Amino acid sequence: MANKIPNRQVICETLVTLAQEDKDIMVLASDSRGSAAMAPFANAYPEQFVEVGIAEQNIVGISAGLAHSGKKPFVTSPACFLSMRSIEQIKVDVAYSGTNVKLVGISGGISYGALGMSHHSVQDIAVARAIPGLAIILPADRHETKRMTEALAVHEGGVYVRIGRNPVEDSYESDDYEFVIGKAVTMREGSDITIIATGETVRIALDAQAELAEAGVSARVLNMHTIKPLDEEAIVRAAQETGGIITVEEHSIHGGLGAAVAEVVVQQHPVPMRILGIPDEPAIAGKSTEVFDHYGISSSNIKAVALGMLRK
Amino acid sequence: MSSMELKSKAAQIRMDLLRMIHGAKTGHTGGSLSNTDILTALYYKIMTIDPAQPKWQERDRFIASKGHSVESLWCILADRGFFPKEELATFSQFGTRLIGHPNNKVPGIEMNTGALGHGLAISVGMALAAKKDARASRVFCLMGDGEQAEGSVWEAAMAGAHYKLDNLVGIIDRNRLQISGSTEEVMGLEPLEEKWAAFGWHVVSIDGNDIDALVEAFESAPAVAGKPTLVMANTVKGKGVSFAENVPHWHHHVPNDEELAKALAELEAVINSYSQEGQVQ
Ligand SMILES: Cc1ncc(C[n+]2csc(CCOP(=O)(O)OP(=O)(O)O)c2C)c(N)n1
Repeated sequence: MANKIPNRQVICETLVTLAQEDKDIMVLASDSRGSAAMAPFANAYPEQFVEVGIAEQNIVGISAGLAHSGKKPFVTSPACFLSMRSIEQIKVDVAYSGTNVKLVGISGGISYGALGMSHHSVQDIAVARAIPGLAIILPADRHETKRMTEALAVHEGGVYVRIGRNPVEDSYESDDYEFVIGKAVTMREGSDITIIATGETVRIALDAQAELAEAGVSARVLNMHTIKPLDEEAIVRAAQETGGIITVEEHSIHGGLGAAVAEVVVQQHPVPMRILGIPDEPAIAGKSTEVFDHYGISSSNIKAVALGMLRK
Repeated sequence: MSSMELKSKAAQIRMDLLRMIHGAKTGHTGGSLSNTDILTALYYKIMTIDPAQPKWQERDRFIASKGHSVESLWCILADRGFFPKEELATFSQFGTRLIGHPNNKVPGIEMNTGALGHGLAISVGMALAAKKDARASRVFCLMGDGEQAEGSVWEAAMAGAHYKLDNLVGIIDRNRLQISGSTEEVMGLEPLEEKWAAFGWHVVSIDGNDIDALVEAFESAPAVAGKPTLVMANTVKGKGVSFAENVPHWHHHVPNDEELAKALAELEAVINSYSQEGQVQ
């Protein structure tokens, strides 16, 4: 079933519902209420909405001040600028000072395909991972985005969330499951190999699992929605029980999910691994699907990589 | 080029960019139409450049700090012969060099821009280098008005005045709109001219869709020795296409077939009026 709701719209709808009860929830935008799909929130709760203009450093500083005074700010701004331009404010004003700011990076990854590297956000996970005390979450689909937003509204502390721009096909059948920050979800059990994906690539991993099943391979699929704190236990178990791991992400192959998983694997239970993502170059221009295919972030390539690993 | 030829050229560039955006089904239409006259004045009258030698050291430099409005620039660079016009058809398509922001793999583009608030600092560096090397090169930096909310703009403004860079010309495309609506509602800027003057710049305020006024302002810079010049170009977002003028959603709206035909007809009429005037004289 094709889903037509982008995750940014789900975040807005969920916040509109939550803000009815919780007057401390605030949404901030940097001339980005349209791209963040936050116009309905701005219209429904003008008193709980702050526009800062095109000023991504300012939006994080202001949010830290609001949080320090008991507000629950959700910053919504393009992932590329929010994660990199404001990184010092995130490090010092949010993480180091321990303020309760939720940073929602929208149109992340290569969502803005033909706008080029200035607008791609494929270093954000690497940068955010190096900041102590900052949680990092990439929801897989609209159901997970809803459960995540509810969890964030009651979670204390700094969190960086990254979502894409377009609707993604569902990975879950419904939102009737438990979402726990820091706990991976086993989407499919399997014994021959494990595919670990995050965010909107979970759907691709599930498709690869189905294709591998047809070829007689039993693949486990882990949805690592929280990159930090990382579910090390699920990774070690996957290494022990399936003997090989492939990671998939809409991020540079340097410093993202693959690197985080590899750090665990190599130190706790070494097994063969492959990291699929964007190589170390300014990504080629094009639509998301074209760029994904170009770099082998596709179910058919995951299948080929898995078969290659199993043959050895 | 004569004043009339420049005006006619600007209309032609608007037609080219609309066709290109329509073909690609993506693009920043409003801000590109608003700055077409500024770029036309610079690229056909003011700047010392040589399309055959894009890296010639004595050239003037142009930095599109509002990089999202690259469409008018792509069309002008192609028209001036920096690359073949046929390449415009690849705009934003898979594997293209002509992406949705300035890309310095393309001849004629100095720097990669697109993240707002970077251009003026880069321009300060270029102007400073020209001074140190005693070159006559001038640096022109085009910014958006919404872009003025980035603090980095003001850090660079301070440095430009501090180093007395009278070879630096900042231009603000003051169309009074950004994505979420009017600049004064999103993040008030006024009194903007006084702010630049207080930062030590010589400020010239003109109609930024009047090519004659633009040429005059650029030709007379620096009007004050030892001061960088800020040209406040008061423009209309969507300029030249009646139904797009001053309409916020045309920021990145793409014309459909009907809208394209209507817009091209309006611009065609402008070009015809100039050519008739030319014959009468
Ligand atoms: C650092 C940064 N933040 C946000 C954006 C997204 N963005 C692109 S265009 C734009 C609005 C620009 O408005 P303005 O500067 O007034 O330009 P114009 O109206 O002339 O198009 C925004 C917010 C960006 N490109 N860079």
